Amino acid sequence: MTLAEIAGATTAPADAPAASAPAAPPATTGRRRSRWRWFARRPGLLLSIGVLLLVVLWAVRPGWFTAADPLVGVPREKLSPPSAEHWFGTDSIGRDLFARVVHGAQYSLRAVAIALVLALVVGALLGLISGYLGGVVDNVIMRVVDVLLALPGLLISLILITALGFGTLNVAIAVGVSAVAAFARVMRSEVLRVRNAAYVEAAVKGGVRWWSVMGRHVLPNSYGSIMALGALEFGSAILSIAALSFLGFGAAPPAPEWGALVADGRNYLATAWWVTTLPGLVVIVVVIAANRIGRALDGEWRQAR
Amino acid sequence: MKRYVARRILSAVVVIWAAFTISFLLLYLLPADPIAIKLDAVEGGGRGGSGSVSMPPEQVAEIMARYGYDRPLIVQYFLALGRMLGGDLGTSITTGIEVRDSLVAALPQTLQLASVALLIGVLVGVLVGVLSNLVAFRWLRQLLQSLPPLAAAIPTFWFGLVLLQVFSFRLGWFPPWGNSGFASVVLPALTLSLPTAAVMAQVLSKSLREVLASPYIETARAKGASRLRVHLRHAFRNAMLPSLTVVGLTVGNLLAGSVVVETVYARDGLGRLTETAVDGQDTPVVLAVVVISAVVFALVNLLVDLLYPVVDPRIRRATTAVA
Amino acid sequence: MTGPGEPLLHVQSLHIDYASGGRLHPAVRGVDFTVGAGEVVAVVGESGSGKSTTAHAVLGLLPPEGLITAGAIRFRGQDIARLSERRFRSLRGAEISLVPQDPTVSLNPVTRIGDQIAEGLRIHEKLPRRAARLAAADLLDAVGIDRPLVRSQQYPHELSGGMRQRVLIAIALACDPALIVADEPTSGLDVTVQRTVLDKLQQLTHDRGTSVLLITHDLGVAVDRADRIVVMQAGEVVETGPATEVTRQPRHEYTQRLVAAAPSLHSDRLTATAGIVATASASPPGARPADPIERRADEFVRVTDVRRQFRVVLPDSGRVDLVAVDGVSFSIARGSTFALVGESGSGKSTTARLVGGLDSPTSGSITIDGADLEQLSRGARRALRSRVQFVHQNPYASLDPRFSLYDIIEEPLRAFGVGSGRDRQARVTELLEHIALPASYLRRRPGELSGGQRQRTAIARALVLRPELVILDEPVSALDVSVQAQILQLLTDLQVELGLTYLFISHDLAVVRQISDRVGVMQQGRLVEQATTAELFAAPADDYTRRLLDAIPGSRARG
Repeated sequence: MTLAEIAGATTAPADAPAASAPAAPPATTGRRRSRWRWFARRPGLLLSIGVLLLVVLWAVRPGWFTAADPLVGVPREKLSPPSAEHWFGTDSIGRDLFARVVHGAQYSLRAVAIALVLALVVGALLGLISGYLGGVVDNVIMRVVDVLLALPGLLISLILITALGFGTLNVAIAVGVSAVAAFARVMRSEVLRVRNAAYVEAAVKGGVRWWSVMGRHVLPNSYGSIMALGALEFGSAILSIAALSFLGFGAAPPAPEWGALVADGRNYLATAWWVTTLPGLVVIVVVIAANRIGRALDGEWRQAR
Repeated sequence: MKRYVARRILSAVVVIWAAFTISFLLLYLLPADPIAIKLDAVEGGGRGGSGSVSMPPEQVAEIMARYGYDRPLIVQYFLALGRMLGGDLGTSITTGIEVRDSLVAALPQTLQLASVALLIGVLVGVLVGVLSNLVAFRWLRQLLQSLPPLAAAIPTFWFGLVLLQVFSFRLGWFPPWGNSGFASVVLPALTLSLPTAAVMAQVLSKSLREVLASPYIETARAKGASRLRVHLRHAFRNAMLPSLTVVGLTVGNLLAGSVVVETVYARDGLGRLTETAVDGQDTPVVLAVVVISAVVFALVNLLVDLLYPVVDPRIRRATTAVA
Repeated sequence: MTGPGEPLLHVQSLHIDYASGGRLHPAVRGVDFTVGAGEVVAVVGESGSGKSTTAHAVLGLLPPEGLITAGAIRFRGQDIARLSERRFRSLRGAEISLVPQDPTVSLNPVTRIGDQIAEGLRIHEKLPRRAARLAAADLLDAVGIDRPLVRSQQYPHELSGGMRQRVLIAIALACDPALIVADEPTSGLDVTVQRTVLDKLQQLTHDRGTSVLLITHDLGVAVDRADRIVVMQAGEVVETGPATEVTRQPRHEYTQRLVAAAPSLHSDRLTATAGIVATASASPPGARPADPIERRADEFVRVTDVRRQFRVVLPDSGRVDLVAVDGVSFSIARGSTFALVGESGSGKSTTARLVGGLDSPTSGSITIDGADLEQLSRGARRALRSRVQFVHQNPYASLDPRFSLYDIIEEPLRAFGVGSGRDRQARVTELLEHIALPASYLRRRPGELSGGQRQRTAIARALVLRPELVILDEPVSALDVSVQAQILQLLTDLQVELGLTYLFISHDLAVVRQISDRVGVMQQGRLVEQATTAELFAAPADDYTRRLLDAIPGSRARG
């Protein structure tokens, strides 16, 4: 369990759907307008969405943002500080650092995507089964989940890397598996919460069959929390993947993975501050943006709806 | 009460056992073959490369037998479990050194680092968490509340490198690396404490905010209690409970974080040992590290669980209401 | 000191706004009233009337977004509306104190109750720890808690709800204040507990000459306990006067409606609105045969010696069998209403679940329309589901927030595969008429409806399958009184129109009186008495029933 998760888990889905809101019947157009206003009042959130979109574009179309080659350097220009020509400066063999960061986005994003999909699918499935079936199955799954949550995520990832070997894919799998438990637990508690909700009881009392209850009430009402956790996990997955690639377990050297970029600068700490500092700042900005969106999904959005 | 303690101790033991079992299964069921890696290493292959083994099969079999890898998995599991219970953690595949000896050498270094980090993290976290609600100025509260999410987004390795840059290379206040005396602990501990402080502050601040909105706080205010009294006497004791749980959970993360921090500062310790072991896919060492971490984690959480009833009277009388 | 002739508290054209989203929303608009020394004044109003906001302003405990924009609150002649927090603090607890709303959550869970009572004394009178503790024990004794020295060492979770409210009264009285603001002090407590707590508060404040500002939604409580009543609606005072006068000869139209709606001030069963015609074959209520033999012939539900026990595992004493329902027998005639009344934990809801077939009795039998529930096949049981429907207590929680009104009402039809899409649409539209909601509401979601509208929706959902028996589990207890009255009337009309049989679960005898033909009183799992509604209220046979009846507030208004 990563630290961001603990914070995320305690930002519990406190969901009281418009519990005491007075009847305010907006027409559809009014609703759309109020949605815009809702966003307009949250410039930080808009900025965060912008940051993530930009990073996705970096990954898909790096050529739009930089003409420099991320792998081949100009030795003459090695370790030159940030300038108009090299926004982030250059590294020890004269490669443009900004180009490396832009091109590195695809490694990080691909790894994050694999990790998240793995964690989400496996975790949500386990949680769903556990919460719905209950009894022995629930007990077994939840005990395993508890232990996985007790072990720090990084340690679980390291075990898996020991077993699977190095590389971006293995790092992604390792990070994904370490996040499965969190998704399983949130999904299970959501299923239980919704299943015990009065409207589900009302549906059951009314004679609605259980699969129908599951599909029409339980799933649609629980997926919000899962999405929110997904966004929070996005941030911590970027951090974990960067940490693992910093340790040298990620893609092989010339690849500009973000964590590896920071590691590259270790030997030039005294002379070239930008080589470590700037790629790290990019990571921070992306993680903050992801967390901001996660918080929006978790609470504000649902309350406003 | 006795029941409560017994149950907690039992669950601590179960956590350690389960951590061992899960990591054993992951390490031994998954495709990578430790022997192939060892042989690979012997032949000077790169890290994690595929094993292009040119050794004669008999010799491979002999090595397999020496490490017990020719037996069925279940037998290997029970043998390993038995050895573990007897205190024998096996030998390293890459170095051939007794794992126990390496651990005994490494553990104190890391425990020292982790406890200093825990202390800093909890102190800073509590301070920021409390002040971000208590301070009377709205702008200062908001500033303080925005710090923890920011801190939680900072990669520890990067933070460590920036501290090195500033305090060791620019200012020369602290030695950049090594295990020499207290001065060498300061920067690593600061680095390692960052996530702990961030989470503590976030959790405490949030639960304080919730507690401050609860009706019994209004009761206290209606008695004429001052802001300080309401915060410290009434809100803090109630808000502390979730934070206590976080302290327990954090310890595991401190141990794991030492992998990164000890690498950044080139310190000897459990983290470095782990990093090297993963690098060489040295399964016995990794397994031992997991078990040691689980033991430390379980002990600290046992302590937290035993502290709970002291703080929360509702747990003291564990006569839970009928569901 | 208060000058001669000057009231202790004088609220003068008070305006309070809430700031949200950059705008001000008025909550209190020009409120005027006084509380004299030793006087008990009740502020009565429904939710949103501004009564609670006014009370908080008097205590200086408005939330940060609540702003006093005009007017004054004079306490002993001094305007406290704009007092600094420091100055107000010396007043709060010492001169003006609070008895808060919900006793279950108003005490600090991790502090001993003795210390919580002593806190005010330590703050204001600077009593040393030991002296404050002894004083706290005396106060516990005064509010009627036994073994006060032992109790003061206990924590809130070790006390019952009624005892916690007594502790809160002790906290309020600790520094012998001149004015106590009691904000809905007994909401959430059982009626018999409510009565003893209010008796205690009344006695203690009377003895000490303390003035009380009583905030309540219940006109019955107000008339029983207050000297004068202030009626508030939408932030304004609509009527003020001596308690009995306000309830007997209400002048303002809103007060008249409130009095008319207040169940505790009425004694008659509701009849269908003029123009409602029975379409089903059932005889209309009121014209129901009084002869018990004939009723039996018309019996729809029969519950015979039903017992339900649960096995629970307690951490200390191991497995224990908990009897929730014990030897209960009753029958319900077709087209009539049978009410089960009891306090929390009496087993009334469990009984309802048993009758609805959601749970099976440990022993005994339940027949519905002659069919024994236990002997039914799965298919027959499910078919019966469509004939027996539920309406839930909490209209805020019982509707899926994502569904539109249409989806909610249609769902049972869909579940039982009734009709084509077009048929279902017609049926839903038809029901909307029954519950008197405009067709334009079909696309709305529960969040856009008021509490009453939500409960109407829940009723429509229960009726869509044309059931014969509707089990109503506290259907009005979460609603304001005027809305309560509308829903009860709607239920009565629907019963006549559709020939429905009701099993009505309630803790509120006053409500029960308005809707039921027969009443069963439950206590600790047993049915202690059952009779026709008229008999039960005129001549209760059981001691517990008598206590329940005595506890209904509003006896002073009824004369």
